[in-house]
Amino acid sequence: MSTSISGDYSSYPLAKTICDQPCSEFSELLRSHKISDTEYVRIRNILNRPPTMAELGIFSAMWSEHCSYKSSRVHLKRLPTKGPQVVVGPGENAGVVRISGKLCVAFKMESHNHPSYIEPYQGAATGVGGILRDVFCMGARPFANLNCLRFGERIHPRTKYLVTNVVKGIGDYGNCIGVPTVGGSVSYHKSYNGNCLVNAMTLGTIHEDQIFKGFARGPGNLVVYVGSATGRDGIHGATMASDRFDSQASKSKTTIQVGDPFKEKLLLEATLEVLDKGLVVGLQDMGAAGLTSSAFEMAGRAENGLLIDLDKVPIRTSAMSAYELLLSESQERMLMVIKPECWEPLKEILDRWLLDAAIIGKVTTTGRVQIYHQGILEADVPVGPITDDAPQYTRPIKARSEEVWSEEEIRQSDRDICAKIAKWGVLESLKNLMEEPGDITSIHLQYDKHIGNRTVKGPESQGAAVLWMKSDLADPQEPWLGVATVALCNERYCLVDPFWGAAHGVTKAARMIAAAGGKGLATTDCLNYGNPENPEVMWEISQGIDGIGLACQELQTPIVSGNVSLYNETDGQSIAPTPMIGMVGKVDDVRLSPSATIVGGGDLYLITPKGLSPRFGGSLVAKAMGVSKCGPIPAISWDGERESMNFLLTMTRLGALQSCRDIGSGGLLVTATKMILSSDPNQEGYQLDLDGAAIQSAQLGQDQKLSQKLSSTPEILCALGERSGSYLVVLHQDKIPLCRDEIQDLKYNHFTKIGVITKSATSALSWSQSDSMPFQVSIKELLPSFQKWSTT
Amino acid sequence: MSTKLAIIQFPGSNCDQDILEAFTRHFGVMSTFVWHTENRLPKVDGVIIPGGFSFGDYLRSGALAAHSPIMQEVKSFGRAGGPVLGICNGFQILTESMMLPGALLRNKNRKFICKYLYLQAHGGRSSYHQELAGRTLAMPIAHGEGNYYIDEEGYKTLEGEGQILFKYAASPQDREGGNPNGSKGSIAGIVSSNGRVMGLMPHPERATDQILGGSSDGLLVLKAFLNTTM
Repeated sequence: MSTSISGDYSSYPLAKTICDQPCSEFSELLRSHKISDTEYVRIRNILNRPPTMAELGIFSAMWSEHCSYKSSRVHLKRLPTKGPQVVVGPGENAGVVRISGKLCVAFKMESHNHPSYIEPYQGAATGVGGILRDVFCMGARPFANLNCLRFGERIHPRTKYLVTNVVKGIGDYGNCIGVPTVGGSVSYHKSYNGNCLVNAMTLGTIHEDQIFKGFARGPGNLVVYVGSATGRDGIHGATMASDRFDSQASKSKTTIQVGDPFKEKLLLEATLEVLDKGLVVGLQDMGAAGLTSSAFEMAGRAENGLLIDLDKVPIRTSAMSAYELLLSESQERMLMVIKPECWEPLKEILDRWLLDAAIIGKVTTTGRVQIYHQGILEADVPVGPITDDAPQYTRPIKARSEEVWSEEEIRQSDRDICAKIAKWGVLESLKNLMEEPGDITSIHLQYDKHIGNRTVKGPESQGAAVLWMKSDLADPQEPWLGVATVALCNERYCLVDPFWGAAHGVTKAARMIAAAGGKGLATTDCLNYGNPENPEVMWEISQGIDGIGLACQELQTPIVSGNVSLYNETDGQSIAPTPMIGMVGKVDDVRLSPSATIVGGGDLYLITPKGLSPRFGGSLVAKAMGVSKCGPIPAISWDGERESMNFLLTMTRLGALQSCRDIGSGGLLVTATKMILSSDPNQEGYQLDLDGAAIQSAQLGQDQKLSQKLSSTPEILCALGERSGSYLVVLHQDKIPLCRDEIQDLKYNHFTKIGVITKSATSALSWSQSDSMPFQVSIKELLPSFQKWSTT
Repeated sequence: MSTKLAIIQFPGSNCDQDILEAFTRHFGVMSTFVWHTENRLPKVDGVIIPGGFSFGDYLRSGALAAHSPIMQEVKSFGRAGGPVLGICNGFQILTESMMLPGALLRNKNRKFICKYLYLQAHGGRSSYHQELAGRTLAMPIAHGEGNYYIDEEGYKTLEGEGQILFKYAASPQDREGGNPNGSKGSIAGIVSSNGRVMGLMPHPERATDQILGGSSDGLLVLKAFLNTTM
């Protein structure tokens, strides 16, 4: 093969431009490309002529919501993105945060919702593949995957099929490429019945001074296509990801990409090797909008032009048009820019990894991307304007009419819910809540969690994932250095309050890392919302971004990367606002990281912010009982959050924390029960006495007359109501004296003994002066039976 | 002279770094990677075939790797009494290349399974394993095709000749009993009739530090292998 691109390209004629006389055909063409009339005017102004079909396809993809963030960009600008720990912020393939010494972690979360609903196995698999490429094309070696899944109600006919295949797709891809899947979250809600969410996150290690960015530098340098041959799969995936669904969508399988994790593994090894050897000038994976977006992005960053000859692109089906070649989203492909003299050594490495490669173009000084195919200039587009002049919308916002709850109304609602729970029985409610998340173990069983030999805590530990880094790049003083990571969202809170619900996601993430003995450092987000053209949805988006921004500011965990997935609606029904949060934190010494389960006996303490009452708003128990109006979600005390996180960090460093878990869905009682049930070998029980805690943290008891009527109301609220900033903690007995001062110094938090861990496998819950026993039950009986619904 | 191991690398191998690290960090044993296209093994005391998805499990897991040039060398090495250890995909490659009897089929539940479980160690006639005999070891598995199959006659031979090294053992957490994948006789690992070529589905290289999953029992298995190379 010739190592240069030569040909009489300047003599090739421009392809036929489209006819843009107003007619139904033209309108249909724009509609099918999701280009509005005003956007078309912009295109004409940029080109000074009507576009060719290939150019129309390029603009459609580049200006899709997925690639251009046109609806969200004005809002995303408000997010805090800076901090001394931030090495690379948003805008690159992934964000990078410094952990220790020269050791940095590159990470990002990305959605693959629409493909996963249509073809769950391939959709989920290629979602994992895409985020892995984003991370390793910066030169980072992936070492952990997480995923956040949201499915419709379990009784919905499609849910089981989706869960089974999404999980298999994620597992097969991650297992094969050899990156452990260490955490994430799964939940079920009716708003996802017609639109499931599959968000994947990858973390990679990288040397601070060797971070690679995708520039097409150096005119005369060669553009090299690497990886799988191009087929017709995934054409217009980026546009589809920016489209709303109708209930027929699950039949449109033609735009689905097909993944090959083996190829990706080869691409991973080859990419890291050529970067390590300094053989490439620029590199970009071909993700959404395929060759088009990688070419424009690389040219744009370097402010250069590119000449691309599509005749040289390896193809796997015959007779593909320029339009198809440009927009195909065939997986496991990279675009590299190299100096001509590097072609031979590059080729040698790629051959060894069984990867096809072809020189398909060169870097030019034209400032334009010029694409030739079979003797015709198919596209000739200036690079700057396609990104700089991309449409940006400040879409109308309409706040949803706010639900205002007076204190008395909240109390009344709490009493109603408590009465319902009392009628049902606390134990019955608890059993119900234990089954609510479904059989998550059966999902984790299918993921390789241990490969890489770093997993100190995987998904089975039920807290933040903790990985022992064992890295030469880290400060040698920190041989036991770890990274803690989580990915989550509480969509029930976001439904009630899109601002505070989103803020809760960030605080919960930081809290889970704190409970694992770490400190949250930086955040990635994947903003899943409905149709932004609906002003109420646009309001949810704006609120969510501000909620995330506030929490990241307060907790100093800036946003370093992210992704937006809009138009998640089916037949006009939007999903619950679902801003997924992924966080990465540092653990100084993995040996001191406390367990989220019970690992020995001792007293059980509650840490909870002063002055905040537990709430039923957006709670798991409210969902289980089918109550939609149940008051506000828990308020957040930033002073309380920061203080308890610092407190836990100090306790961890003192080696005093035996077990620690943040109180999450289902409140104190569900959290305590989960701690017991997931302990090994299940020989322990708890004895909880909620009197003290109830009086301190639930303010209901003040109204004597009412509380007599329903004597157990504050205790039920205390047990099953949900909280922010709260943890259950077991201390190492011998370290308790060391902690006294720290505990006494707590200004914004209560630190209260609420029970003991017992050696008998019986759990008991007691409260009230009369010492009546709400329940005493054997652990076995509390183990979820998952009879109602199983994911397998 | 210190022990030297060769770790065979195929496209798609993904436990190669883990096994290298385990031998270096815990035993100070140096290993060299040997690429699948090589026609010669360097001078080594033992050969490791690591886990992964060699050639993407195309055709059948291990099938393509079994026909790569280096495997001819590994076969002669094993026949001549050189110690060979195949883990997970390495075990699959060993059965595909007929260095070990039987075959590894899809897990009975047709799903990939990754979890910690217990192994009952049998000494058999392997010089590797006399020290381990009778012990129960905790170790993780991670495979989709670990369902060991051999016909009745072959099974009797394995049993009679002491070629069964590990069987899955029941644990308190495992409600389905000790056999995670449907293996014949709960077999998790076997050794060749000359007692030198060993294959097992569980990952000893992942059970090397208490901090990672609570078990360092894998070290015993790696140590047993090293003893054989002496």
